[in-house]
Amino acid sequence: MSSLAAHVDGIGLIGPGLADWPAARAVLRGEAPYVDAPPVVPAPAALPPAERRRTGQIVRLSLAVGFEAVAASALDPAGLATVFSSSGADGDNCHAICEALASADRQISPTRFHNSVHNAASGYWGIASGAMAPSTSICTFEATFGAGLLEAASQVTAFDRPVLLIACDTPYPEPLHSVRPLPGCFGVALVLSPQRSARTLARIEVAAARNEVSTIGDPALETLRRSIPAARGLPLLAAVARGTATSITLDYLDGLQLTTQVTP
Amino acid sequence: MQAVRLSRYTMTSCLGRGLDATLAALRARRSGLAPCRFETVQLDTHVGEVSGVDDVQLAAGLRDYDCRNNRLAELALIQDGFAEAVDEAICRHGQSRIGVFLGTSTSGILQTELAYRRRDPASGALPPDFKYATTHNSYSAADFVRRRFALSGPATVISTACSSGAKVFAAAARLMAAGVIDAAIVGGVDSLCLTTLYGFNSLELLSQQACRPYDARRNGISIGEAAGFILLERSERDDGAVLLLGAGESSDAHHMSSPHPDGLGARMAMESALASAGLRPDDVDYINLHGTATQTNDAAEDKAVFGLFGPRVPVSSTKGATGHTLGAAGAIESVICALALSHGFMPGGGVNMQTPDPALNSRYLIDNLEQPPRRVLSNSFGFGGTNCALLFGVAP
Repeated sequence: MSSLAAHVDGIGLIGPGLADWPAARAVLRGEAPYVDAPPVVPAPAALPPAERRRTGQIVRLSLAVGFEAVAASALDPAGLATVFSSSGADGDNCHAICEALASADRQISPTRFHNSVHNAASGYWGIASGAMAPSTSICTFEATFGAGLLEAASQVTAFDRPVLLIACDTPYPEPLHSVRPLPGCFGVALVLSPQRSARTLARIEVAAARNEVSTIGDPALETLRRSIPAARGLPLLAAVARGTATSITLDYLDGLQLTTQVTP
Repeated sequence: MQAVRLSRYTMTSCLGRGLDATLAALRARRSGLAPCRFETVQLDTHVGEVSGVDDVQLAAGLRDYDCRNNRLAELALIQDGFAEAVDEAICRHGQSRIGVFLGTSTSGILQTELAYRRRDPASGALPPDFKYATTHNSYSAADFVRRRFALSGPATVISTACSSGAKVFAAAARLMAAGVIDAAIVGGVDSLCLTTLYGFNSLELLSQQACRPYDARRNGISIGEAAGFILLERSERDDGAVLLLGAGESSDAHHMSSPHPDGLGARMAMESALASAGLRPDDVDYINLHGTATQTNDAAEDKAVFGLFGPRVPVSSTKGATGHTLGAAGAIESVICALALSHGFMPGGGVNMQTPDPALNSRYLIDNLEQPPRRVLSNSFGFGGTNCALLFGVAP
């Protein structure tokens, strides 16, 4: 199968026990211990106050990791195409709508409704960044990270310009939590560029193939990788953090994985 | 971009099952919209409901996927020899070389809406027969189609509200151009549910009548349900097949539920589609508008279209016939464009029209125009400021 190449020019990350990419990098390099803790997701300062108040957890997480990655790349967010990948988007909002629709009074608020679209994070990102470049929002359930990486890498190849990938998952509240149990929120953003730059952290080459999925040595991080779809990219992030040339295989779909060559 | 061939296509909407029924309705300028009798919905609006969806049975191994959205997908897949064409494509390319890219806005969320009425009174738990992953989750639509054909290639659902069913063409074409896949099933499926009906009602965007795109007194959308599927393969033969010539995508970066007032993002998407096809505005013979029949959409889209194409190009919206099928709209309107190209006519958009809006400047077709277009453009826009324009043509 043909492979898709790109350069990782910036990373943003927030997850349980991982406050940002520098903190995650130290853990993935074995320089700091992994200590599980609920992540703190900042309110999106780039949004006007009226919009900021309307954002749910998935939008806040997406914007936080997205802006962290773009800042590291030193690119202008207004010019970047974006790929948003999430396995379920805004679970709190979905629960509130389903609860209202099951009640005697079925009225839901306009804000609830426009926040219910899977591409809500993309819409708020556009308002916050001013980006009029193409933006897509995909859902591939357990394959959130792999499908996002394939879509973003194919855009880098097709358009020969940088693309920002944002893969995020946040948990549902009960009763949906019981049927879709995500233990916490995890978000990762990668700026992928066609050419090497001074900011380049690694070159990656992605190919879809049947292969055995790479795991993470630390048991707590491996549990995180397995339990949140957006965290399935941890083996790639660990390879980039270590800065050595390697080949890893990322989880994707049934019968298909993404083998990725990582070169510093 | 490299042109991609629409090897086989089909659609099922309130106009009927398959291409013949769709073509007959378009030729007769018939609307499939009717007063809403869906489920327990009590709203004064019209909908485009597909009859017989409840009677569809999924194959024994696919029962976990059973929900209105996947039943509608199945109903569409068995029309026009589409499923057989996919089987033949598998023989040509292999199971791992065919991707699945589908658009949906609400997937099988109706299943969850119904399950919330049956929560355990003590614990609040959802009923044990409820299956989240294979019904409610947006990916369910693509997962269902991938498993139905036992495919093992890449797959995803694009869920960008009402541009979903158009953007799948662009995503599939990129992976075909990169050599990751040789063919793709693309399309869109969206089915009636309470979330969209009560949601658009909360925004005061539902018309009480059958929707009237480009009418002076247009007052909102009519929600429809539909499924459209297209088999994409590389263009190797010059046999008059319909081709995807170009695709353009953009973002408004303006507002969550209102379009940019001047249609700036819409214009960028159309310009980008032309550029990717290496064509100029003069090369386009017909435009199938997004044309939702809200005041703001039609006004903004008209500014963008007139600004780029001027008064020459005939344009129309077919949503007065099908309703706004949301995440499926881009897919079924692409199929309507393919019908226009292959049957040599341009569908009128005056199905429910009373008074054309004098404030809109584009050359809006009220009646069908029996004139064969060679290149047509299809617009799809959505909440969150997402825009996609697709250019189709016939091999010269």
